[in-house]
Amino acid sequence: MTSKIKNFPGTPLSESDFTEGKVLSIHDEMRPQFAWDTGIGIGSYLAALKEGYLLGSHCKTCEKTVIPPRTVCEWCFDPMDSYVRLEDTGTINTFSLCYVTWDVQRITEPELPAVIEIDGASPLHGILHKLGEVKPEDIHIGMKVQAVWKPAEEREGAITDILYFKPIKEAGS
Amino acid sequence: MSERVAVIGVGWSGYRPVSPELSYKELMYEAAVKAYADAGVDPRTEVDSFVSVAEDFIEGTSIFDEYVPDQLGAALKPVHTIPGDGLHGLATGVMLVKTGQAHVVAVEAHSKASNVLSLPEITAYAQDPVLNRPLKLNSEFIAGLEMHRYMHETGTSLEQCAAVAVKNKRNALNNPLAAYGANWILDDALNGPQLAWPLIKSQASDHADGAIVVVLASETRAKVLSDRPVWVLGAGWCNGAPSLESREWGTVPYITKAADMAYRQAGIDNPKEAIKFAEVDDTYAYKELMHLEALGLCGRGEAGSLTEEGMTKTDGKLPVNASGGSLGMGHLLDASGMSRALEVVLQLRGNAGDRQLAEVDIGLAQSWRGVPTTSGAVVILAN
Repeated sequence: MTSKIKNFPGTPLSESDFTEGKVLSIHDEMRPQFAWDTGIGIGSYLAALKEGYLLGSHCKTCEKTVIPPRTVCEWCFDPMDSYVRLEDTGTINTFSLCYVTWDVQRITEPELPAVIEIDGASPLHGILHKLGEVKPEDIHIGMKVQAVWKPAEEREGAITDILYFKPIKEAGS
Repeated sequence: MSERVAVIGVGWSGYRPVSPELSYKELMYEAAVKAYADAGVDPRTEVDSFVSVAEDFIEGTSIFDEYVPDQLGAALKPVHTIPGDGLHGLATGVMLVKTGQAHVVAVEAHSKASNVLSLPEITAYAQDPVLNRPLKLNSEFIAGLEMHRYMHETGTSLEQCAAVAVKNKRNALNNPLAAYGANWILDDALNGPQLAWPLIKSQASDHADGAIVVVLASETRAKVLSDRPVWVLGAGWCNGAPSLESREWGTVPYITKAADMAYRQAGIDNPKEAIKFAEVDDTYAYKELMHLEALGLCGRGEAGSLTEEGMTKTDGKLPVNASGGSLGMGHLLDASGMSRALEVVLQLRGNAGDRQLAEVDIGLAQSWRGVPTTSGAVVILAN
């Protein structure tokens, strides 16, 4: 609609009207600072990442194993207090190719977020991470992948202790 | 619309200055588990709707609603978050029941104040960004301005304000939930570093972490589920205009209006006679005095001398903040009002342990959202 209009009626504003103070506005920068106590469930998860393995929790009532571990079952509200060590391999549930970065820069080589259903966890339970060592055009839903870890001495108990997930070479490929 | 609403369950976690062993979700879960056990309800099948009270800017998470359901048992059920005080949340829950939208509602409020590393700066963002914030004053200057004008207009003394702090710190010693109880004498509440004269640090509350969950039910459900329901007789709330330039500094008319709304619903004409005990906001010691007057629980300018005479002690005519208040329990950010409603429920049920008041059947909880706001709420509860 507006693309057809060459000249808008009225008095236009330019950036210089603001920078030169012809139009008055106030600029302020925020400095909010927070911490997040990770607690029992996520704290255990992060401690396991630092050790180089994946931890889930199990609900005996629903017979579900979830990752990351939680202290309460979302479905039945029972406590989830049994923890299970899981494989660092899984299957891509869904993925995307992102051509705009976190801080809104356009890029030509896309970032590769994916949800990976972890082996040993119940279906639909996985990790949100990035993919690596793979061409975007080769990724597909159902692809088997494995975590690539930071060296032990660099791990700090964070989700970034896993660098990315890479495809597992399938037999014969 | 005529059906009454009852509190049928309460639960809590905390309160303590820091809580590094629990995430905010786990803090909420602990309170929720206790509340549902107390009410005898299964949240997955018997709670119809959930209300959480949270301010994104305090949580450090945009659209905090998303992070609420799991730990309350509210996944795939009606749930919403309101930015307000816990008593606003309680009023919302009451309306959900009164309108017939829900028969059983869970209301949650929490504080992870220890995780808000730049809390004074976050509070400063409540100041007007164009007119006030460029002056770069710590937000407690607003309490200093208000306290000075209140003392000037009413003749209230610093010693009378100190008497509030001493009383509440001592009351907190009988409350296992309280984080800041102390066996103070008047000198303790009159000395210490200045914050914003005439306000001194010893008359300002420190923050605490904690969570509270309250389960509400319609009269029909309450009579089935509970053998000791506590009835919500009234819930009122009110905001003044935000201007620091032209507010009534010596009074808090929004608290009077919120109380009038609650008294009207409760059919209370004479609050001095009707209200047997009160839990009122004491973020700063002088605020307890201002609030008692605004609530009509004593005359204008009388609260200071009545406090000195012992009227508001646990054995006085009108016990105020038997819990220890924010000065004794710790300030729970927007869960502060909910901690007061919890105390009123425990007192009415006779579950208040060493601080149990004798023969109380109707109590009042009041909240204020802190500087720079003119926002308050009042809830009246009865056996």
